[in-house]
Amino acid sequence: MATRAEADFRTRLQNWIPKLVLSPSLAMMLVFVYGFIAFTVYLSFTDSRMLPSYGWVGWENYSKLWRLSHWEISLTNMAIFAGLYIVICTAIGLMLAIFLDQKIRGEGFLRPLYLYPMALSFIVTGTAWKWFLDPGIGLENVMHTWGWESFSFDWIKNRDFAIYTVILAAVWQTSGFVMAMFLAGLRGIDNEILKAAQMDGASNWNLYRRIIIPQLRPAFLSAFVILAHLAIKTFDLVIALTGGGPGRATELPATFMYSYTFTRNQMGIGAASAVIMLITIAAIMIPYLYAELREKK
Amino acid sequence: MKRITNTLKATVAVFALGTGMAVAEDVEVLHWWTSGGEAAALNVLKQDLEAQGIGWQDMPVAGGGGEQAMTVLRARVTAGDAPTAVQALGFDILDWGAQGALANLNDLAAQEGWDEVVPEALQAFAKYDGKWISAPVNVHSTNWVWANKAVLDANGIAIPTNWDEFVSAVETLAAAGVTPIAHGGQAWQDATVFDAVAMGAGGPDFYKAAFIDLDEAALGSDTMKEAFDRMAFIRAHVDENFSGRDWNLATAMVINGEAGFQMMGDWAKGEFLNAGKVPGEDFLCFRFPGTQDQVTFNADQFMMFDQGGSVSAEQAALASAILSPSFQIAFNKVKGSVPARTDVAGDELDACGQQGMADLASAASSGNLFGSMAHGHAAPASVKNAIYDVVTAHFNGEYDSETAVAELVDAVSIAK
Amino acid sequence: MAQATQDTAIRTGRVTRTLIYLVLLLFALFYMLPLYVMVVNSLKPLDEITGGGMMNLPEMWTLEPWRKAWSEAQIGVEPTGLKPYFWNSIQMVVPAVALSTVLGALNGYVLTKWRFKYDTILFGLMLFACFIPFQIVLIPMARVLGVLGLAGSVWGLVLVHLVYGIGFTTLYFRNYYAVFPTELVRAAQIDGAGFFQIFWRILLPSSGPIAVVSVIWQFTNIWNDFLFGASFAAGDGAPMTVALNNLVQSSTGVKEYNVHFAGAILAATPTLLVYIVAGRYFVRGLMAGSVKG
Repeated sequence: MATRAEADFRTRLQNWIPKLVLSPSLAMMLVFVYGFIAFTVYLSFTDSRMLPSYGWVGWENYSKLWRLSHWEISLTNMAIFAGLYIVICTAIGLMLAIFLDQKIRGEGFLRPLYLYPMALSFIVTGTAWKWFLDPGIGLENVMHTWGWESFSFDWIKNRDFAIYTVILAAVWQTSGFVMAMFLAGLRGIDNEILKAAQMDGASNWNLYRRIIIPQLRPAFLSAFVILAHLAIKTFDLVIALTGGGPGRATELPATFMYSYTFTRNQMGIGAASAVIMLITIAAIMIPYLYAELREKK
Repeated sequence: MKRITNTLKATVAVFALGTGMAVAEDVEVLHWWTSGGEAAALNVLKQDLEAQGIGWQDMPVAGGGGEQAMTVLRARVTAGDAPTAVQALGFDILDWGAQGALANLNDLAAQEGWDEVVPEALQAFAKYDGKWISAPVNVHSTNWVWANKAVLDANGIAIPTNWDEFVSAVETLAAAGVTPIAHGGQAWQDATVFDAVAMGAGGPDFYKAAFIDLDEAALGSDTMKEAFDRMAFIRAHVDENFSGRDWNLATAMVINGEAGFQMMGDWAKGEFLNAGKVPGEDFLCFRFPGTQDQVTFNADQFMMFDQGGSVSAEQAALASAILSPSFQIAFNKVKGSVPARTDVAGDELDACGQQGMADLASAASSGNLFGSMAHGHAAPASVKNAIYDVVTAHFNGEYDSETAVAELVDAVSIAK
Repeated sequence: MAQATQDTAIRTGRVTRTLIYLVLLLFALFYMLPLYVMVVNSLKPLDEITGGGMMNLPEMWTLEPWRKAWSEAQIGVEPTGLKPYFWNSIQMVVPAVALSTVLGALNGYVLTKWRFKYDTILFGLMLFACFIPFQIVLIPMARVLGVLGLAGSVWGLVLVHLVYGIGFTTLYFRNYYAVFPTELVRAAQIDGAGFFQIFWRILLPSSGPIAVVSVIWQFTNIWNDFLFGASFAAGDGAPMTVALNNLVQSSTGVKEYNVHFAGAILAATPTLLVYIVAGRYFVRGLMAGSVKG
């Protein structure tokens, strides 16, 4: 009954609706993400201190940034932290997922236990960890009262080891989440292939190494992205657990950036460090996104 | 009850007539005083205003000695939605003054005579460009030492009056198996100690040259190296578990007799009083050895944000209430600090508080009152934190004293 | 889905199984440890805590800290406890989670079933947005909210969380819908169904698991956010985390650790509940969604 013109209009409308639906999200992204990134890049070339100001200073903030031993420390810490955090979380997550996948009784009970740390904010679990790691009142003290006098665990007070306590608490928070991602991947694997391989006499070890783990590739990539993004954003944890100390031993780029932008009134240097962080994120993410998205075509 | 309400209404009416405003608006106050005593003291101010018919919009943001609140403030001002009054410290106030964001309270100040009653060193942080921009609440002094009297007596230690006596007192305690110095290893606490140590090592002129004038020669001098050496001595006499400890837990060590001394500002007194200890009997308060004549201070103030050109009646009422003698005494009794105006009687304060008031008055008149570097009253935030970095790194063994001096000069020059 | 949820075909011997149980239990202990510290200490009077023995069970059990944290603790100038702030958080979280999930679902639908030129690039742009550090957006965001007149209001906060949540929700829904048979959509199209009809009748009914993932993720992130809540909410409209922070971080005075821990658990109750109740679906949803993508 519809006339031809009306039908044309409907089709055209149908073609436009998807783009219209997408447009509010895109507009928000452009303004609130990319606009703000551009603003930050601009700020990093200005003499902004307490509030944004627009006097152009060229590369001065960057040259100051690289002269600060503070920044070097936070970059080194980032390398140690991100590297170990991602590897350990992935390893623990994978192991727990594989173990939980063995028709375990009580899986429904264990799974939320592994997952719940993700639900808590570090404002307070940080305090619990701080106590536990404190040699005066925590684990070391408990071991001493239980009679193991020579036991020593004072990493959080030790400049060379404090960063590892940050890793420990971070792993505690997210490894359960990674477990869930791997478990999901494992449950999706076709059992027929496994049965066939078993008939050929493959050992469990070989089944995992040759067949199962390679099939988890998407899960590995997703885990990597989530972990990398959490590693870079790690902030609350450090503040609650060590406050960046002892000394400056656990400063990370995120705490560096916050402290220069907001507590030290050196917004220009803070913006410069943010730009470096963003470039680092981009260097990691763009190849990943490229690989992931191209494959789908 | 009804009578009071009526009187209230009448007061409001008169007030409203006087200022030509029909309805009193709320004041919004951003602060970080959320612990029991402080909040209760602030509540006095709130009730004071409510009695004048002015509502109080509370905006508490605790954390990091006000760092968190300062971040929030920046967001609020950027959004064009500045609170009426904001708790602030030292250079933060001047920085906001320089941005032109604060109100000009000169009329009120003249009317109430603030210039005569507030010490000049403190006015330097409450005025910008000759204009009053904030209302000081109190004066803390930071070069105090807190000691457990029983521990000192048991080891035959008298109050040390210079560095050498302090050294021998510390060594006596160490030999007796008591932790000589209770300390919390956080950057600001390290710096608080450093303030007093540097003042003691180099005297007021050196302190001023190094931390207020940021003179490179003073920063890089042998005196500065001596100050770092003394810090190393202190570091060698804190317990093993000092790092990251909150200051109040360090105070608890002195209260319980586990440790002899703590170098901390006058807010530590509240911990002793809460534990039921009596000044002079259970615990002692004295100036850091070698700085008996000096007072390094920091002061809490409420800076008043410009609300569209003129000072509103509510804002003026708030500022006036903050500086009223009754609030100054009521608040400072709780806080451990002393009133920001020197004309109030200190009878209600305890022994340490009265000594604090006397010290402040004499230091102010003899030119020995200096802003505390560690608490942002000597140099701007960027420099303060740069010094923190070096002091903390040295205290934690990252640098020796010589490197620390070199790093200090460098760090200050980057931050300036 | 039935096929996907089955257990593995791997068979294990008795010794191996014992070892596996052992490891799983050890890790359960590891994960429980901080919660144990928090719960145990929240049930003690303060002097038992300051007297040492952090790991000990209470000698005198008390619920007083819980009551105090909920209704009496000093948050601002008045001792209100966390109670009034709970509602503030709910008011902010519910619309933000709902809106970001709905928009994420629509975006995912468009990006997989109504593909157009450069759509993957657009998706990449949205995904990269997940990685922006929140500290740098604070000042420009404050400016924008001020201009929009949303500063200090719940809707301002909702907008902020919506903006920085869309990347994640779009990712989840896109990967989920990517494996949804496109033929069904095409068939419906030929039958004359419109864009929204197809979404409503065909995709939405099977979106349960991924919606759960999206809701859990957003709920946790938004509920636990501190930075935006502190900066963009008005004083008495502050969310729970800001109140908790004021309780825990107060600068001077006696630190009531037992009240702090009780408050922390109270503040985390909604997220904990969400995890425990919806945790099952979480794994199922992840499996069907982002992982396989």
